[in-house]
Amino acid sequence: MFENHLLSLAIWLPILSGVLVLFVGGDSQAKLARWIALIGAAVSFLATLPLFTQFQDLHAGMQFIEDKVWISQFNIHYALGIDGISLFFVILNSFTTLLVILAGWEVIQSRVSHYMAAFLIMSGLINGSFAAMDAVLFYVFFEAMLIPMYLIIGIWGGPRRVYASVKFFLYTLLGSLLLLVAFLYLHKASGGSFSIADFQSLSLSRDIQILLFVAFFASFAVKVPMWPVHTWLPDAHVEAPTGGSMVLAAITLKIGAYGFLRFCLPIAPVASHELSWLIVLLSLVAVVYIGMVALVQADMKKLIAYSSISHMGFVTLGFFLFEGSQLNPYAVEGALLQMISHGFVSAAMFFCVGVMYDRVHSRQIADYGGVVNTMPKFAAFFLLFAMANAGLPATSGFVGEFLVIMGATKANFWVAVLAATTLIFGAGYTLWMYKRVIFGAVANSHVAELTDVNGRELLVLIILAATVLGMGLYPDLFAQKMHASVTNLITLVADKQAAVAGLSQ
Amino acid sequence: MQNLYLMIPLAPLAGALIAGLLGKKIGRAGAHTITILGVFAALVMSLYVLYDQMTVGKSFNGTVYEWMSVNGVTLQVGFLIDSLSAMMMVVVTFVSLMVHIYTIGYMHEDAGYQRFFSYISLFTFSMLMLVMSNNFVQLFFGWEAVGLVSYLLIGFWYNKPTAIFANLKAFLVNRVGDFGFVLGIGMVLAYFGTLDYAAVFAKSESLKDMQISLIAGHDWSLMTVIGILLFIGAMGKSAQFPLHVWLPDSMEGPTPISALIHAATMVTAGIFMVARMSPLYELSDTALNFIMVIGAITALFMGFLGIIQNDIKRVVAYSTLSQLGYMTVALGASAYSVAVFHLMTHAFFKALLFLGAGSVIMGMHHDQDIRNMGGLRKYMPITWITSLLGSLALIGTPFFSGFYSKDSIIEAVHASHLPGASFAYFAVIAGVFVTAFYSFRMYFLVFHGEERFRNVHHDDHGHDDHHGHGEAHEPHESPWVVTLPLVCLAIPSVLIGFFTIEPMLYGSFFKGVIFSELHPVMEELHHEFHGASGMALHAVTSLPFWLALAGVVTAWFFYMKAPSIPARIKQIAGPINTLLENKYYMDDLYINVFAKGARGLGWLLWKVGDVLLIDGLIVNGLAKLVGGISSVVRRAQTGLLNHYALMMIIAVMAALTWWFQQILFAH
Repeated sequence: MFENHLLSLAIWLPILSGVLVLFVGGDSQAKLARWIALIGAAVSFLATLPLFTQFQDLHAGMQFIEDKVWISQFNIHYALGIDGISLFFVILNSFTTLLVILAGWEVIQSRVSHYMAAFLIMSGLINGSFAAMDAVLFYVFFEAMLIPMYLIIGIWGGPRRVYASVKFFLYTLLGSLLLLVAFLYLHKASGGSFSIADFQSLSLSRDIQILLFVAFFASFAVKVPMWPVHTWLPDAHVEAPTGGSMVLAAITLKIGAYGFLRFCLPIAPVASHELSWLIVLLSLVAVVYIGMVALVQADMKKLIAYSSISHMGFVTLGFFLFEGSQLNPYAVEGALLQMISHGFVSAAMFFCVGVMYDRVHSRQIADYGGVVNTMPKFAAFFLLFAMANAGLPATSGFVGEFLVIMGATKANFWVAVLAATTLIFGAGYTLWMYKRVIFGAVANSHVAELTDVNGRELLVLIILAATVLGMGLYPDLFAQKMHASVTNLITLVADKQAAVAGLSQ
Repeated sequence: MQNLYLMIPLAPLAGALIAGLLGKKIGRAGAHTITILGVFAALVMSLYVLYDQMTVGKSFNGTVYEWMSVNGVTLQVGFLIDSLSAMMMVVVTFVSLMVHIYTIGYMHEDAGYQRFFSYISLFTFSMLMLVMSNNFVQLFFGWEAVGLVSYLLIGFWYNKPTAIFANLKAFLVNRVGDFGFVLGIGMVLAYFGTLDYAAVFAKSESLKDMQISLIAGHDWSLMTVIGILLFIGAMGKSAQFPLHVWLPDSMEGPTPISALIHAATMVTAGIFMVARMSPLYELSDTALNFIMVIGAITALFMGFLGIIQNDIKRVVAYSTLSQLGYMTVALGASAYSVAVFHLMTHAFFKALLFLGAGSVIMGMHHDQDIRNMGGLRKYMPITWITSLLGSLALIGTPFFSGFYSKDSIIEAVHASHLPGASFAYFAVIAGVFVTAFYSFRMYFLVFHGEERFRNVHHDDHGHDDHHGHGEAHEPHESPWVVTLPLVCLAIPSVLIGFFTIEPMLYGSFFKGVIFSELHPVMEELHHEFHGASGMALHAVTSLPFWLALAGVVTAWFFYMKAPSIPARIKQIAGPINTLLENKYYMDDLYINVFAKGARGLGWLLWKVGDVLLIDGLIVNGLAKLVGGISSVVRRAQTGLLNHYALMMIIAVMAALTWWFQQILFAH
């Protein structure tokens, strides 16, 4: 009976589970809240798997479409659908939520039901923004997901949580206001539609496209985040609880990059092409500048946060590598794969820091040293994820980075040269941190008293390790579902540029 | 046959996984049994593959599975099995097996016994994937995987600060090389549209005159750009100047892996890669010349450093650097088969020398300083004889394996017509004396002369102090698991050159695999070649032989006959000695300029860019501005009616004024 409502399930199952958890109430019922949340997250994740198995690889357009009129006066629809670009983010998000519930299991002791509910509801909202085919629906989900994250940081965060959560909220909200303006303009230009597909088929003049580009850029660059609007991320990560950091890095950043691909490139292709140098430049700044900044961080979470910005630089770089009017297919698919991989790897890295934080209550690198002596199993997993973060082949981190560099070499050799410095910086900041934290003689009594991972932690680590290795060894599992949609996008972007060029002549 | 090929790397991988994941359950004996079985199986199968290549001689090129396809290009995991890969497979599995057996003795008291076996088997798997690859992606996978295992093994004793410094350094320096390597692969994909070796080679002819302009106004040959970029990767992995700095420090790892990874196999991956890419390199004289000069610098200047080392492993390490330089020079001279030939002979005798050094270290209760040794031949006869044979092979004594390969390199450089050939020729000739001198300096100081260990107090065990030590400080011969590999390696170190030079260099062994047709070096060598015995007999009248002899005699004179001379030379040649002791200040340069520079710049960008400008000035500044304005504006909201009335009157007045002005100025 739900065959035709798979996407609705992906959105509403977690939200309803979250509401259910809320009803459990106070911390005397914490155990019940945890189990309901776990079951809810597991069922929600399982419900997204048919999306993968039933996905038609060769079909470029939207699949699993649902379309109902929502607000008829403004022609706003509850329209859902996914293509090869958005498919994985729905699954990845539901997957991450499951891990986050496990990661916070006994770590969160106060307001357990609220914590679990916030993540479940956020999970549904995020799925909504990836599946929305209507701009207003997208906007609603896009904005609404800020609220649970704001609460997660503000309530369960560290000492500077209020500063961080307000900074996070204002930063991202300011950016997205222009997005709303853009949507309203497009609504008018398309003759009263809010359908994203209708927006994409408009042939707008260059000047209008430039304005739209600025609006899209303002909202999505903050989310990614791109330099120089990135400074909210390190603060948010440092203050967020482990689960918050995992979702923030694994999923919410991806929505910014997804926005570029879904809105900016197809709706304003001429402007995107004309201003691609700006995105490429800022992406390279992210790779090089942020790579060096990451090197000197003393706080592990800050270091991984900067590393995330640097990795997301690869994503935006891959999306905007033009050769003539053509986007580079290696780079676009590489960037998409990098997004998925970063979801696994950054979640794993933040989880690893969380495992140590739960024991020592410090994120400072200087407070550790020689952890391998007391936590050998943990050290082995952490090494795998560190290597994935450094982009070692056979881990997922390699695939996207490699393809983007491949594409860049073709598009512009010197861009590739700067991008490839990530091989050095990425290994530098990751492994230098690993050395100082994990290797060496036992540094202090806290480290001496550490106990190795427990069963729950081991489970999370094994699941993440399996995905990181699995994707590294067989990325085609992901890539083959993208080809049709990516090719379609590349053609669309190229054709529309030609069309606008034809108009102006 | 394909299943057999697949079994070869998977056998050691299975061993590594079992020993690594179930190490506690299966125990020490279980771990070494399972890994040795895996590597032994791989060796037997590799031997069969080599036999098949030598008799049937049909190369195999096939896909195992498709890793990914993008933009119509399929990236795959696949094997290219021909005489080159078959030979490499045998060398890798044979040395690996010897090292596995040796490890039973060397690591028998180490707490990380199972972990060590797991790592070296994992290394064997990775190295096999590298040499068996039929495409660039898998090559890069193997390339990085061996780097990872090297990282793990250099830092095997992770409580040692020097070890974990060395492994990070090794990884990062290699990454600098990989930086060029990846860009090289990117150029191949961009212009050839494939990463499959066979397809790339097939297309190379049509692209040989292609010019690309990376800087506006400067056209470079595509093949030169690709050749140099790929070679930068080789410079990292094969420790060529100026990326050589990681290799001496890698000696912080346990000795068995110094033999396996940092002498016999992994460090030769770069040499193998260039030989594999010979169809591309043949098309660029510029790239070849670059390679030859880099190799020559490495061969000579790293040899000098070997002279002043006192740590037994470091002497051998610098010797390895120098010998890798020889191989690189041969590549530059288009004598790819000679480079690969030296790679093979070197794998045997250098593994032997390292394992011999390890045996000495065990006998010396983990003292590695050769100044504390002397006269060990009495106590460690098998180690002594095998080490002597290894040293003789290394310095190029006629009839020994190293003679055939090194002499061929010298001849090849002599025959080369590239601009760098005369410098390279000087370097490899001078290197012969240097090699003989440092090798026999070490040999005499360790095995002959006064028993200096009697004067040394063994209170401080600076190096890997994990083995127990008895009351007696007299050295002792190592157990059979250690000496057996020494003997097994000594045999090929002596004999293999004599038997294989003709087929490998002048026969049909590498026909259709290695290309050097565009440079007639091998033809000229072939003209001069009249059989292996003739070559050895002829050598007695040639310069290299006398230089080697002079090196041995000088070493004997300096360290046996008149031991006061070296100290005096040290005094006279003060500045040069200081330069050598500081390794040409390369480490200081890297640490102070690059490592500290990157950190300093990062700190500056963070504190000034992120914290001060973006956050301080813009973000918090905006917030303060908004706050400031609102705190001013707030004062207007007093809640008193008369204030509001006043404001309204002022506003009306202002509006009226403005309106009147508009009217007045309009007319």
